[in-house]
Amino acid sequence: MSANRNIKTITKRELAAYFTSPVAYVFIVIFLLLSGFFTFYIGNFFERGEASLVRPFFDWHPWFYLFLVPAAGMRLWAEERRVGTIELLLTMPITAWQAIVGKFLASWLFLGVALVLTFPVVITVNYLGSPDNGVIFAGYVGSWLMAGAYLAIASLTSAMTRNQVVSFILSVMGCLFLILCGFPPVINFLEGVASRGLVDFVTAFSFITHFEGFQKGVLDSRDVIFFLSVIGFALFGTGVILRSHRAG
Amino acid sequence: MIKVENLCKVFGTKRAVDGINFSVERGEVLGFLGPNGAGKSTSMRMITGFIPPTSGRITVGGHDVVAEPIAAKRLIGYLPENAPAYTDMTVYGFLNFAAEIRGLSGDDRKQAVHRVVELCFLENVLHQSVETLSKGYRHRTCFAQSIIHDPEVLILDEPTDGLDPNQKHEVRQIIRRMGEKKAIIFSTHILEEVDAVCSRAIIIDRGHVVANGTPAELRQKSELAGAVTVRVSGTAGNAIASKMNNVSGVKRTSIIKEDGKSATVRAFPKAAGTNGDFARAIAQALTGLNIEELHTEEGRLDEVFRSITMPDTAKEAAK
Repeated sequence: MSANRNIKTITKRELAAYFTSPVAYVFIVIFLLLSGFFTFYIGNFFERGEASLVRPFFDWHPWFYLFLVPAAGMRLWAEERRVGTIELLLTMPITAWQAIVGKFLASWLFLGVALVLTFPVVITVNYLGSPDNGVIFAGYVGSWLMAGAYLAIASLTSAMTRNQVVSFILSVMGCLFLILCGFPPVINFLEGVASRGLVDFVTAFSFITHFEGFQKGVLDSRDVIFFLSVIGFALFGTGVILRSHRAG
Repeated sequence: MIKVENLCKVFGTKRAVDGINFSVERGEVLGFLGPNGAGKSTSMRMITGFIPPTSGRITVGGHDVVAEPIAAKRLIGYLPENAPAYTDMTVYGFLNFAAEIRGLSGDDRKQAVHRVVELCFLENVLHQSVETLSKGYRHRTCFAQSIIHDPEVLILDEPTDGLDPNQKHEVRQIIRRMGEKKAIIFSTHILEEVDAVCSRAIIIDRGHVVANGTPAELRQKSELAGAVTVRVSGTAGNAIASKMNNVSGVKRTSIIKEDGKSATVRAFPKAAGTNGDFARAIAQALTGLNIEELHTEEGRLDEVFRSITMPDTAKEAAK
């Protein structure tokens, strides 16, 4: 399949580009420091006295990702457009869709690497007690899927502009909306002013609501489909935006 | 190989390209001339499939660029304006990527990269990051990318822009050599390049093709083409001019230079001929004068370019 080969070639290039620039290492270090700090200090990992990663570790992920994933994804298309390499890329014998997917996969794999590097916390919890490793595994899968959804939104906003900062701000706003519509204080407020049906409708779009299931160790196909469809929709939107730029 | 029919591109209310027609065959090097903003780059972007045309049809090697973009793009090598390249890669990595995405693998890829590195003199910077390259090297890196798959069609947007004279010469040599087997379109502002490289040239102005022909044919459009310039010593310029004006074929004369010793006068013919009749007639009319020099002018491309592409208001002012 030449489509798969094209996607692989682009993914390989993008991944290499991540790791030749210091940005990748800075990103990983910040991510690991933050997750360590929040798990052990703010999350009171030791004081809790339970062999679980749900509250102290995974609970913070939607909030880390809010800033870190747009930072990792802001350059995806904005940089191509600024430097002009988009003109090279899209005149190669590949479809725009292959380029979009290839670039997305590279960043998603990169986020996966960062996530895998948090493994010491898993070792710690296993050393101190006997947690349910199935739940932890489900949490990781959910976290990675959620990161993909954030990233797809970052890809969408990155295609809108040739300025990385603008792209970053736009995607933080978009992701913030998708978090807040499931954030308990916001839900409580909505329940006071809106009908039950509307509240359910809004919370159905929330990353937090859908991430919750994974944290409990449940791999619910509805949650998986939710994240995958956010990814699919946002990547489709990326394609539409790129095409409209070229059409002038 | 390349056929462009009735090509139009509208940006908002501006018609950037407005009904362009031309074709390029294998073995031809077509020069794309025109002032800035004439629609050269836009046309090239449409031919390479980067932006879709508003209307019209482009085929490359028989493949419609809009309907079968992948098949058409496979045949094309493209050097965009300003020669963009991934700054976060080394030259070697970048060329490898270009070869890979063009479907080359294994030994073929190694050979292809080796070939263009040699052709574009990139050995010295092969493992250097693209970001640290000088403009000339970066340009040649992007050029190398465009020829890595030995394409049948080459589209080059200002391939010699920003190069020093030696590099310009090298790139022209490469283009001319490749032009024997490929169909090449390249745009330029440098008119001497057209003479050096092109087998045919098109002048575009405000979205229209305003001239299309071999460099020699274009030069014929110049008022200067076929004019005879004479330097005579010991006779006043006015006297020479009036003798010239008696010749039947003369449209007008002008005194180019006059000092105490000699005068240089030019006679413009009514119709440009190439067989020397006009020059002989002038020489006859000046028999007995002390002629030091007499020659027939070739047309000048820059003059043709200016007379065709200058806005009407500027033309009025120039008169």
